[in-house]
Amino acid sequence: MNKPRAAGRTVGGLRPLALQAPAVTLLFLWMIVPLAMTVWFSLQRYNLLMPTMAGFAGLENYEYLFTDPALWTSMINTLLLVGWVLVITVVGGTLLAVLFQQEFFGRGIARVLVISPFFVMPTVSALVWKNLMMHPANGIFAWIAQLFGTQPVDWFSSLPLTSIVMIVAWQWLPFALLILLTAIQSLDEDQVEAARMDGAGPIAIFFFITLPHLKRAISVVIMIEMIFLLTVFAEIFVTTSGGPGLATTNLAYLIYIRALLDFDVGMASAGGVVAIILANIVAIFLVRLVARNLED
Amino acid sequence: MNHSTLKRFAIGLLAWVIAFIIFFPIFWMVLTGFKTEVDAVSDPSLIFTPTLDSYAEVQQRADYFKFAWNSVIVSFGSTILALLIAIPSAYSMAFMPTKRTKGTLLWMLSTKMLPPVGVLVPIYLLFRDTGLLDTRTGLVIVYTLMNLPIVVWMLYTFFKDLPRDILEAGRMDGASTLQEVLYLLMPLTLPGIASTGLLSVILSWNEAFWSLNLTTSQAAPLTAYIASFSSPEGLFWAKLSAASTMAIAPILVFGWLTQKQMVRGLTFGAVK
Repeated sequence: MNKPRAAGRTVGGLRPLALQAPAVTLLFLWMIVPLAMTVWFSLQRYNLLMPTMAGFAGLENYEYLFTDPALWTSMINTLLLVGWVLVITVVGGTLLAVLFQQEFFGRGIARVLVISPFFVMPTVSALVWKNLMMHPANGIFAWIAQLFGTQPVDWFSSLPLTSIVMIVAWQWLPFALLILLTAIQSLDEDQVEAARMDGAGPIAIFFFITLPHLKRAISVVIMIEMIFLLTVFAEIFVTTSGGPGLATTNLAYLIYIRALLDFDVGMASAGGVVAIILANIVAIFLVRLVARNLED
Repeated sequence: MNHSTLKRFAIGLLAWVIAFIIFFPIFWMVLTGFKTEVDAVSDPSLIFTPTLDSYAEVQQRADYFKFAWNSVIVSFGSTILALLIAIPSAYSMAFMPTKRTKGTLLWMLSTKMLPPVGVLVPIYLLFRDTGLLDTRTGLVIVYTLMNLPIVVWMLYTFFKDLPRDILEAGRMDGASTLQEVLYLLMPLTLPGIASTGLLSVILSWNEAFWSLNLTTSQAAPLTAYIASFSSPEGLFWAKLSAASTMAIAPILVFGWLTQKQMVRGLTFGAVK
């Protein structure tokens, strides 16, 4: 009965390899094949509507892409979207984590309610906000505006990007809160108590004890959100379709327009390469941070 | 004494008000699902005659079940597949670590950083040429690979928490590797495996980039079905709300149940 065991021991060096092979191989293919194809297509003149025009294009697609004002508009929109959502979710998430860490009646249920939006699929949250909340005639916001006797705002035409930021921030604030609430629970209570004894007020405790303790969790939240927010798509797809004009077109949506609406594979791939580079700049920092954590 | 009670009351009140505001869109959506279309667009009111008409209507459109079924198949299919591929891998990383293990884990994490939109074009063309476009098989493949790094990572952290002595003891008693995994590791880490699976189901169920771009009608899951409500014509708010409520209810419950363990998976073990 002991034989297979012993055999397993002797080829110990090979066994981890065999056990990991399926996962590693599949992920390697999943990463390298599309990546190589994107880079290759980005160097091709390749439009599905003009099959006769195909051929090697060199850096032509990149030239078109970088001289296209739509790229710069979409880049600025991407940065604004990512930036604002990050500010709202990280600041809000930190403050809420402190609040929801306090003891109060029904804390468990209140936490569950606050975390819920993170589990709502993006198409649902976008459409619920677009119709039930932000509709200029029948939405809740319009109703509140009327209560105060002011003119309801037509959110998606007058403040399109702000509207998208609100929807996306609503989805990601609970994510930030969930992570930070978990992190704050490992805060050393004795340290807080000692500081309080020494006469530190709640604000001093927040800035000198809580915030430093949350530093790493906050950076994890920032990096993970960045990677996801760089390619926000569904929320734009079902609400504004990138409009009015290009007002809510981010990089992800621009690539979608070029690829699946204009059928310009070459140009879309060049955009894809830009998106990959942007995401990787963030990813390097995240991977480093996680790696440091693996040491222990 | 009195002062601190008052303070606690104020904190509780503030927290509950914020919780209610943040939860409000979901609450309002659930409520609207029980209204008639006329009530849904008239002035907001908590007083109305509840009706199940919208639910009935959404269900009558026979295709609702097709979309829901697609969601079930795709998210559970990809999760089971990912777990089957990931368990051996995480097992070997946790219990037979080599010099390469750390590097492999980090590399797996880095594959998650590839933005989907960056590889939309090749995946779309590959799927078109292989007939995988608008098939559930296609989505299962994409979701399995999309979640595989998270699943491996999460299982790895749960397996690592298991005292090694227990497996050693099993080994002493002559358990083979397969027996070790099936009769010791799996039962002992079942809560961890379950929450890993649930996170994978949640992520697949809510995924709305690949599902919108790679499906049209046959394999479209609920994310794509809900997106079809974005056309502005007609009275549809109650129906949208009813359909949305049904689409998010199971996932909301899964999320509530596993929120604690989920943090590990979402942050790759960086926050515990």
